[in-house]
Amino acid sequence: MPTEPLRTLLEREFPDATELEVVDRTGGGDHFQVVVSAPSLDGLTLVEQHRRVYDALSEPLGDGTIHELRIKTRGTT
Amino acid sequence: MSYSDTIRDVIEESDVAIFMKGTPQFAMCGNSDRALQALRRAGAPVTAVDVLPDPQIRQELTAISGWPTIPQVFVKGELVGGADIVEELEQSGELERTLRERLGDDFAAAREERAVSLV
Repeated sequence: MPTEPLRTLLEREFPDATELEVVDRTGGGDHFQVVVSAPSLDGLTLVEQHRRVYDALSEPLGDGTIHELRIKTRGTT
Repeated sequence: MSYSDTIRDVIEESDVAIFMKGTPQFAMCGNSDRALQALRRAGAPVTAVDVLPDPQIRQELTAISGWPTIPQVFVKGELVGGADIVEELEQSGELERTLRERLGDDFAAAREERAVSLV
């Protein structure tokens, strides 16, 4: 799958994002890296931050479209 | 049969548990290997469970943890995260601090690697 639909899902979950990046790591459309910085991540643990990314991408993760996902998240403070 | 009771036992009773694809001797997935290497660098006493022998192991693990991907690392029963988080915590020194806090100062003395088979 292309990166754009994933980006849209993440933008929906993080309308406040100050940084949002989706990279197809292998060019094969199933290994992705996402980077998200958003004030709504402030004060959350890394587990809680990554859970929000997983929630946003639950559909492509659940149906196997995303085979591998690397996540980097940050708050903004 | 269900694996859930055994999975819960491993999570609750291990100092550090990792559910991974493959074994510590032969990881079958880059992310499982990344998490394992980070745990090794931090000196963690690792109990490893291979999820590959039966897809049901992974399904039941995710139902318990609420975490969709493999690997999953737990310290004293608490989910620490997957490969990205464990790597990040190791690099910042926080993983070692967490291990020290929850397992005691001599956690690395008990350093061992144990593979548990659920099937």
